Amino acid sequence: MVAQILFIAITVAAIALFSYNLRKVIRNIRLGRSENRSDQPQKRLMTMLKVAFGQTKMFFRPVPALLHFVVYAGFVIINIEVLEIMIDGIFGTHRVFSGLGLFYNALIGSFEFLALGVWLGCVVFLIRRNLIKLKRFTGVEMTRWPRSDANLILISEILLMTAFLIMNAADAKLQTMGAGHYTSAGAFPVSQYLQGFLPASESALIALERGCWWFHIIGIFCFLNYLPYSKHFHILFAFPNTYFSNLEPKGEFTNMASVTNEVKAMLDPSFTPPEAEAGRFGAKDVNDLTWVNLMNAYTCTECGRCTAVCPANITGKLLSPRKIMMDTRDRMEQVGKNIDKTGNGFDDGKSLLDTHISREEIWACTSCNACTQACPINIDPLAIITELRRYAVMEESQSPASINTMLGNIENNGAPWKYAPADRFNWADES
Amino acid sequence: MSEKLNFEVPTMAQLIARGEEPEILFWVGCAGSYDERAQKTTRDICRILHHVGIKYAVLGTEESCTGDPAKRAGNEFLFQMQAMTNIEVLNGYNIKKIVTGCPHCFNTIKNEYPGLGGDYEVIHHTQLIQQLIDEGKLKAEGGESFKGKKITYHDPCYLGRGNDVYEAPRKALEVLDAQLVEMKRCKSNGLCCGAGGAQMFKEPEKGFKDINIERIEEALETQPSIIAAGCPFCMTMLSDGVKLKDQDQHVQVLDIAEITVRANGL
Repeated sequence: MVAQILFIAITVAAIALFSYNLRKVIRNIRLGRSENRSDQPQKRLMTMLKVAFGQTKMFFRPVPALLHFVVYAGFVIINIEVLEIMIDGIFGTHRVFSGLGLFYNALIGSFEFLALGVWLGCVVFLIRRNLIKLKRFTGVEMTRWPRSDANLILISEILLMTAFLIMNAADAKLQTMGAGHYTSAGAFPVSQYLQGFLPASESALIALERGCWWFHIIGIFCFLNYLPYSKHFHILFAFPNTYFSNLEPKGEFTNMASVTNEVKAMLDPSFTPPEAEAGRFGAKDVNDLTWVNLMNAYTCTECGRCTAVCPANITGKLLSPRKIMMDTRDRMEQVGKNIDKTGNGFDDGKSLLDTHISREEIWACTSCNACTQACPINIDPLAIITELRRYAVMEESQSPASINTMLGNIENNGAPWKYAPADRFNWADES
Repeated sequence: MSEKLNFEVPTMAQLIARGEEPEILFWVGCAGSYDERAQKTTRDICRILHHVGIKYAVLGTEESCTGDPAKRAGNEFLFQMQAMTNIEVLNGYNIKKIVTGCPHCFNTIKNEYPGLGGDYEVIHHTQLIQQLIDEGKLKAEGGESFKGKKITYHDPCYLGRGNDVYEAPRKALEVLDAQLVEMKRCKSNGLCCGAGGAQMFKEPEKGFKDINIERIEEALETQPSIIAAGCPFCMTMLSDGVKLKDQDQHVQVLDIAEITVRANGL
């Protein structure tokens, strides 16, 4: 009875803490400007099913895709087991779904294989990160915390799966011994090989089984509450992020409505523009970006596929699309904390541009869309880079001198080079 | 080729004066108009249009920058000024269909003009060439033979990833009976030439290598005799790269339109 009450209390506390943190994350995302991404719901749903559920974009790199798929499938499917654990915990039952009979055995059996798969997958991932040291997992933005974050996640998944398998092994052993509470249920194709390593006495086995049970479920709650602080948030945000992803051709940049009105007024003096929206052109800080840009930042799991294909990064420039996403998230968290402490409108003298992202980075971009193509969950670093450039050029007139020359040429001659408009058609007579 | 055109390129103003309408407007673009190397491609696109007998026209001196480099550089004002002025001209001539000689113009007019009042059917010249081949109006005969020659095609970002056009330029090359070889990074994984996003007009930021060198090294790995391009900016970057690698004696950088013209002896 005490165990049941304790279990319920822990569950309620874990869920409450998570909702509290999630609400803060959503509040931070809402700091962004509005953008309509509610069109074409069917196409959006299909995109989400294909890209997030089906992980189609992952399979561009088959080896990590396969490992990731096992870990993902294991994680999702083993959650059915977590449902049983919850019910058992609340009502003090033992394997409450065991009434399903053979089907239950098949279920538990497949969970065990998946758990083994997750375990092995995570071990390989740890090796890739720490022993093989793949280039994709290094880079200026991969400082101590992001690296520890990745390792922490992998190690906790390994621990969770280990506890899950030991729990099953002890349970099965208790079942064959005919111990009281442990009615015969389940099939244990993987954990049966662990039984030999377990103690023989019933009390020790019960302690082990209960210990692993508590470790597993509390571990899951800790994991859940770790998500808002971690790059691992993608396991939840991948779904809304793909649903709300950009459905237009990648080459298309947004037309700024605020500019359209001013340009119309300039070209046609009789045009009276509607009340202008407050705010600056482009983005200097996170609240100048859209909520989609900000959600993108929380969704990024720092895999580095974007940076690995970025032509600027490959050739040694400062720009790294992954850093753009990580900086945006860091700055957003900082702004969020400022709001927690001092309320809205507090200026800490810092900004996304300059404090986090340098001018050199944004001017290194070729807008080639390799990063957006490579992202397995449709994150768009280019949109953020564009907004930062818009701020630099339109609010500050701060662009590289040669860019200024080019802009001046377009303004004066209708071409980015210094040629006379009258000569534009000369090509037809030349050879 | 390098010879002068032996026909007159019709302008919209002339057609309208005669009370005629073109089937398609050829949007030349700034590079195609002013850059000496790109002008050759422009004339070859005209040769193709003239050869198949499509009724076409150009804007001539009425054409202006689409605003693409301004937009990518972040100057939305200048972009929209250019766009709205161009749309006024295009709508004034009642233009319905446009073929461009540049993926950047193609992307801008196709995707960014509709929101500002400019709705047209826009295709890139490689798509036009593919259509003409499919319709049997263009073949690969009567000119230079490309049989067995190694050709590798470089995907322009704003045609490939930007607008998912990967097959049309390749189809235009397939009729040549040449040996098409893909670079390691091709199609949706293609590497940029380094000129996009207004980089064409500035020095690259500090790094250990220029992007076009990275790309040309990859292209040269396929040991091609021709590197095929579909964009005047890529043309500049790739040609520079081939020269810097001292390979311009063995390797030619040619636009798909130029290859088509040569193959057909136009």
